[in-house]
Amino acid sequence: MTEQSIIDIRGVHKSFGRVEALKGIDLTIREGEFFSLLGPSGCGKTTLLRMIAGFDEPTSGVVMIGGQSMAGIPANKRPTNMVFQSYAIFPHLSVSDNVGYGLAKKKMSRAEKAEEVNNALAMVDLEGYGERSAHELSGGQRQRVALARALVMKPRVVLLDEPLSALDKKLREQMQVELRALQQSVGITFILVTHDQEEALIMSDRIAVLFEGEIAQLDSPQRLYRQPINQRVASFIGVMNFLEATAEASSGGDLSLTIPALGSVSMHAAQVPEGTDVAAIAQIGMRPEMLTILFDETDKAACESTGEVVGTSYYGDMTYYSVKLSKAEQPVTVSMRNTAGRSIVPPGTAVRLGWGADSIVLFPS
Amino acid sequence: MLSREGRQGLTLISPPLLYALLMLAAPLAMVVTFSFWSQNYLDLDTTITLKNYRDAWTKPIYRVLIMRSLNISIMVTIVTVLLAFPMAYFLSFRVKRHKALWLFLITIPFWTSYLLRVFLWKVILGYNGVLNSALMGLGLIDEPMTFILYNVNAVVITLAHAWAPFAILPIFVALERIDRSLLEAAEDLGDGPVRRFFRVTLPLAMPGVMAATLIVLIPTVGDFITPKLVGGREGLMISNMIQIQFGKANNAPLGAALAITSMVIVASISLVIYMAGRWFRGRTP
Repeated sequence: MTEQSIIDIRGVHKSFGRVEALKGIDLTIREGEFFSLLGPSGCGKTTLLRMIAGFDEPTSGVVMIGGQSMAGIPANKRPTNMVFQSYAIFPHLSVSDNVGYGLAKKKMSRAEKAEEVNNALAMVDLEGYGERSAHELSGGQRQRVALARALVMKPRVVLLDEPLSALDKKLREQMQVELRALQQSVGITFILVTHDQEEALIMSDRIAVLFEGEIAQLDSPQRLYRQPINQRVASFIGVMNFLEATAEASSGGDLSLTIPALGSVSMHAAQVPEGTDVAAIAQIGMRPEMLTILFDETDKAACESTGEVVGTSYYGDMTYYSVKLSKAEQPVTVSMRNTAGRSIVPPGTAVRLGWGADSIVLFPS
Repeated sequence: MLSREGRQGLTLISPPLLYALLMLAAPLAMVVTFSFWSQNYLDLDTTITLKNYRDAWTKPIYRVLIMRSLNISIMVTIVTVLLAFPMAYFLSFRVKRHKALWLFLITIPFWTSYLLRVFLWKVILGYNGVLNSALMGLGLIDEPMTFILYNVNAVVITLAHAWAPFAILPIFVALERIDRSLLEAAEDLGDGPVRRFFRVTLPLAMPGVMAATLIVLIPTVGDFITPKLVGGREGLMISNMIQIQFGKANNAPLGAALAITSMVIVASISLVIYMAGRWFRGRTP
């Protein structure tokens, strides 16, 4: 991955009749990165991807690929290739002919083309499947064919439109890892559109979260999870507990937080994001895994509060507890790794909750 | 012993099955039987003979008529399918709203009887007809065109119009079934509109084109109203001859042999077209 940009999107608007699908998108995607467009359905992420592919034209603004404006350049002349949500495998062609479809126009001998097709099939672990017809393939195999068909073109950018949404959970998780590894080995820029936050976190170098045609936040997966810019992003990516709070600046840039539900705590200057408007802080967020139930009397935490378990959800490796704090009405969600020898605490049990200032996300009102 | 489901199925299909047997299979069996008999003035000679078939296959007049019928119906089929395809394409790809209304408009010619429509073509194509007067009025031609009525051309024009909806609908259905993302994929992989049409759209529309071809070809071989009304002398087809044999000529066995002959020929041509269609679909460009 380099700092060189491959795609530059400048002030892109798109309207469908009276509906404004994209409201001014500015975005730079770097050469060789795995970039995700994440958002709920109808947020405009697919529209943006189709615009890069050349299936839609922006109402205003410009899409540049490799420094060149793509205005008026049709999809068949762009250095991008797409993996469609439905895979769009040609039903009348064999696997080889599907993969080699885009090579028809290239100046290569028949043998060279066959070689390219075989290489692409090998890349997606489908050696020997060339002669099969499209309907003899499983969902996962079709997905691989679609990917090979795009990769064989040696595009500068591969566009993936929810490519894993039709697969079952096990296969999806496997493909997420494989796709990521493949992208790193070929070094081509991948742009993924997904509504699955977990998928975006697992696969991407950077993620742009889109809400209603606007980019809400663009960050690395870790920063997106740790420092969501607002409550909406925070609750879209993973689970977040929100609690009322007020803050006051104290000596040395430290922050003195008053959280009625939990108590008071001092936040170290290093943990306060730059440019935080202290006076505006009205809420804090805490991820469920940043809260701990102190099961044993000897367990200690930086800060402690008390509460009562009101509900449990068992996930096998994890248990999600709903805990009503003594000083608040609304319960908080706490996730605990299930370890050997510890049974699930039933609802009604009084528990001590451990937490720390370093896991707190600050939100303005 | 039939299973419960089997008996249920049999009960369900027995009324239409009975109807089909009575109205379709029985007459067909009769025609086949007739074709092996011979006419003895007013009586039928029921001795089995191949004489009718010998006549049907050797006498030049019948061969000419059968060949002409085939030529005309093949021409009609080609013209109809070639004209129907763009219409179906337009309907499927360009019309965004009110598709049902457009389909409905296509059926409008069927609101009048077949006979009336053939007569209307006579009015349009005639010596002093609409087309000739219009073109003369515009000064485009000096004297009426005579090659458009009472010949093969008139039969082709009239039949192509009459059968157009039957060709448009199956092609339309086949085009509607094409996943639009396949077309985008083809474009994404470098195809311009023309290449994409021949590599994706047409192969995938082929079942519809095949259906249209057979639907138009099979009945037009046997048409006798259109050739009689607009075909003149050189536009007469085999069915006119079959009609004459069953009627005026009073030689039903020969008529039956001619009918069976043309049926066998049409069936084999249809089979060839069907196989060709499968081969085309299976082949990879």
